[in-house]
Amino acid sequence: MTGDRVFKALADPTRRFLLDLLFTRDGRTLTELESELEMSRFGVMKHLRVLEEANLVVTRRSGREKWHFLNPVPIREIHDRWIDKYTEHHTTALIELKAELEDES
Amino acid sequence: MTTATVTTTQVYRIYIKATPEAIWAAITQPEWTARYGYTGIASYDLRPGGAYSVAPTPEFKAAAEAQGFPCPDVIVDGEVIEAEPPRRLVTTFRMLMDPAMAEEGFTRITHEISPAPDGKSCSLTLTHELAGAPLLAALSRGDNEAEGAGGGHAWVLSDLKSLLETGAALGGD
Repeated sequence: MTGDRVFKALADPTRRFLLDLLFTRDGRTLTELESELEMSRFGVMKHLRVLEEANLVVTRRSGREKWHFLNPVPIREIHDRWIDKYTEHHTTALIELKAELEDES
Repeated sequence: MTTATVTTTQVYRIYIKATPEAIWAAITQPEWTARYGYTGIASYDLRPGGAYSVAPTPEFKAAAEAQGFPCPDVIVDGEVIEAEPPRRLVTTFRMLMDPAMAEEGFTRITHEISPAPDGKSCSLTLTHELAGAPLLAALSRGDNEAEGAGGGHAWVLSDLKSLLETGAALGGD
């Protein structure tokens, strides 16, 4: 399931750091990303592949360069699937509480 | 794409369990576009140089005006650059809802639809080249969502997926 891959990809601090780098400035090459990490090129490539398989990073080729972009869609899907559901419930409960308390006064 | 503009480009990709034809229809036909995301009535003349525009639904116009935004009769305009149904659509895109965004001029949106290796779904990739349009870039990222301006492309695509896969958009239909 897609959600599993996203949660697994996000469960690693290096991969979250890579996403934060792309959030700050999107569209970067492997060389640029590598320069921000104390890690071998191969190690960074491995992390980027996990992010790509989870659809959190999308790459585009332009000439000899390969650009990495942050894809926020899977996080949005998790938000729509999980967060909305619970925050909505929370809000409804608070609104009910407010109505009840105001009724009493 | 050059290095100078690549950092202003936004890329969004979603996997949808639907045929390329169904996804193409959901992007280009007004009876579909009125049902998800910003719910605009899209109009495409699907040939190079053809006109592209989006009109608000009466509900959208009423909601925008209730929030104090005067809503023009055309909320997006642009031009079709490439149309290869059901795989690739390139248009220019200018947002007219907000005068400052309209001032930023035309940006460029590419939709690409490819069947996924699993044979059951397709990827839809939306690339928005936003050089010189920081306000539209923020809107597209969903930065203005708390003010009621919608969640940008990620929200629109998530809603489109929901509509195609379940027959209902996220906001209820």
